[in-house]
Amino acid sequence: MKRLLLALILLSAFTCQAKEAVPDAADPAIEKRMIALSENLRCLVCQNESLAASQAELALDLKQEIREMMKKGESDKEIVAYLVHRYGDFVLYKPPVKSTTLLLWYGPFLFLGIGLVVLFFTIKKRQNQIAETPLSRDEEQRAQSLLEHNQ
Amino acid sequence: MKAKFVIPLALFLVLVVFLGIGLRLNPREVPSPLIGKPAPQFQLTDVHDPSKVFSSHDMLGKVWLLNVYASWCESCRDEHPLLVAFSGKRLVPIVGLDYKDKPEDARKWLDQMGNPYDLSVSDLDGRVGINYGVYGVPETYVIDKSGIIRDKIIGPVTTKSLDERVIPLVKELSQ
Repeated sequence: MKRLLLALILLSAFTCQAKEAVPDAADPAIEKRMIALSENLRCLVCQNESLAASQAELALDLKQEIREMMKKGESDKEIVAYLVHRYGDFVLYKPPVKSTTLLLWYGPFLFLGIGLVVLFFTIKKRQNQIAETPLSRDEEQRAQSLLEHNQ
Repeated sequence: MKAKFVIPLALFLVLVVFLGIGLRLNPREVPSPLIGKPAPQFQLTDVHDPSKVFSSHDMLGKVWLLNVYASWCESCRDEHPLLVAFSGKRLVPIVGLDYKDKPEDARKWLDQMGNPYDLSVSDLDGRVGINYGVYGVPETYVIDKSGIIRDKIIGPVTTKSLDERVIPLVKELSQ
């Protein structure tokens, strides 16, 4: 554990250096746009991190690539298409609606529908059960007398 | 009455099967969208002789492997002896793409470990790597005669992946 911590501290020192080496503040507008775009993209090296957060070598290269494409005046859409062409839909945190992702997008609604149908029939069944057990005449009289007695 | 127990049990078993499949998948293996698409063209200098320029265009008409490696890459060390042995069979030309590495380091490495490559080129800034969608070195691409990427092995090749994927595919494509 101690060793891991030490490794992490050492590693963070390196990543800080790497960050400083890149002329980040060259164009604040582009930097802002790049970060906004790369927050929605997945880093392929550390898959649970966004491209914006990742300090992996490839992520730094890709961010530089994005900066350059933005400087050339390319739209966010074109940049995303450039990345998807190379790395697939996997880079997108929000996958597109396609035939293969239909279940992913609409599966929850499907399950909600199934749930509603089950709920509907359960309630109906229960109503039938209640209707099926009316009070007998004796019980009715007893109930009546109890109610009157209480008043 | 029985269905009350059977249905949840069946659902649970289905869930177990799905989770079981999920556990066996390798999340690092992201299917490449470039399979079935033309291999990106590149022109890079030779690792051994920087005055020589290699163009991927020269490989048209041949089935070839593009192996992305680097001297700093640990898993390349594991795969290297296999590649050296494989290249000895002379089944297919192997081009090495030295990814984000100093040519002198690569040369030293190839001298020490053996050189399986018919040719090895320097991708100093990793641009060609980006065009090929490289995200973890080593990676190996099988490219056909018309320059289409037919398969990609992510991570080090193994005897199994060479025997079961690369060799049959190369033989099929070479016909």
